[in-house]
Amino acid sequence: MKLVGKQTWIFENEVYLQAAATAVGPTETEGPLGEQFDVTYQDLYCGEDTWELAERRLMKEAVQICLTKAKLEINDIDFFLAGDLLNQNVTANYTARDFPVPFLCMFGACSTSMETLAVAAALVDGNFARRVLTATSSHNATAERQFRYPTEFGGQKPKSATFTVTGAGAALVSREKSLFRITAATIGKVVDFGMYNPLDMGAAMAPAAASTIRQHFQDLKTSPQDYDFIVTGDLSGVGSPILRELLREEGYDLADKHRDCGLLIYRTDQEVFAGGSGCACCAVVTYGHLLKEMEKGNLRKIFVVATGALLSPTMMRQNESIPAIAHGVVLEAVKGEK
Amino acid sequence: MKLRDHYQEAVKLFQPKPSYFFNSLKAFFVGGFICAVGQALQNLYIEIFTLHISVAQQMVLGTFILLATLLTGMGVYDKIGQFAGAGSLIPITGFANSLASAAIEHRSEGIVLGVASNMFKVAGAVIVYSVVIAYILGVIHYLFSTLF
Repeated sequence: MKLVGKQTWIFENEVYLQAAATAVGPTETEGPLGEQFDVTYQDLYCGEDTWELAERRLMKEAVQICLTKAKLEINDIDFFLAGDLLNQNVTANYTARDFPVPFLCMFGACSTSMETLAVAAALVDGNFARRVLTATSSHNATAERQFRYPTEFGGQKPKSATFTVTGAGAALVSREKSLFRITAATIGKVVDFGMYNPLDMGAAMAPAAASTIRQHFQDLKTSPQDYDFIVTGDLSGVGSPILRELLREEGYDLADKHRDCGLLIYRTDQEVFAGGSGCACCAVVTYGHLLKEMEKGNLRKIFVVATGALLSPTMMRQNESIPAIAHGVVLEAVKGEK
Repeated sequence: MKLRDHYQEAVKLFQPKPSYFFNSLKAFFVGGFICAVGQALQNLYIEIFTLHISVAQQMVLGTFILLATLLTGMGVYDKIGQFAGAGSLIPITGFANSLASAAIEHRSEGIVLGVASNMFKVAGAVIVYSVVIAYILGVIHYLFSTLF
């Protein structure tokens, strides 16, 4: 049985993250991780006419570079799994139009990066596929327009708001030996603690992250000490301390083991409110930064938990609270292999 | 008591407090500055163009709408808005910004179904309630002026 405990998959066959690629926009390029991304754009339009096209371009480039790094062509891929934040997942679906292989579109809001990675690993481990490509993207302006106000609208945002990351990340999962092995994944449950403010998603998502992380420790009988880092997707400056407190109450002290992609991607003086968010946040930080740290030998084992706020503007106006979900994947550096 | 047991209340400790005092101060000065400029413009228009006060007032509004729309197009007004809050949202410049920003936002969907039909997305509520409240006040005014 590959299911361990209640929610965790163990990948018994060796499953690897063979290659990964990232593409980001201007604010991310200026951030502390700017030099670690494969493609960087100085302009939100990324050379396209509309922001939607810009987002699609980011995803396409991430996919293309990921394939190039793996020295493969799209036809070598068995399945493509992707998702984004826009209605009907248009970025993923339209990108898949240009990469015609069997495709599964997935939506988990900002948890999509690890959702696709976990499912990809399961498909490969279960011999349902040899090579699975995953991709996620988000764009600050397309997200603003869909979830909030027009981009140029002069409304004031509170400090708890997050700043949607402009970027895309792609990863290739296969049996091909690489430096990064995917050893386990924990699939989250939808958790709703009754938070209503869409400009404070950190507080809405922290309980979901806590639920998945706690379940992961219980299922695998591990503790924070077994990992170099427990990385969350986009809890930001508000959600991160809440998560640590929730887990401390459950008897798990993350202490200095916790990192949040939303806090890693920007400098504090970048006017990004509480930090970064969006599907791309966890994807570009994990695929761009964390994997490089593993390559350098600074990290051996990390548990990346992507957090998603499953809200829609319509539900918010109908006075519904914000459900959230978190999916986690364990990545381990493989010694001496490349 | 545990955080998870009374989450909605307890989580407030972790949420950053808005600085009401400084936000009000900024709104007061920016809003006040816009109004002062308006008054100066009105005086100027009356002096230079020898206009009647009501015409000059219309021209001031027109000037502000033009300026706010230009600043919105240049990508400046949203930054002013983040700084000043209600100070730049409440004056007519904020209204112009809401129209212009929505129009720019939906330009990619075409002139008719994009720009025209989305232009009032944010400002529509302001117009609806302005008309409704003006109507109610008009009725009250009429009743009082005829009864007393």
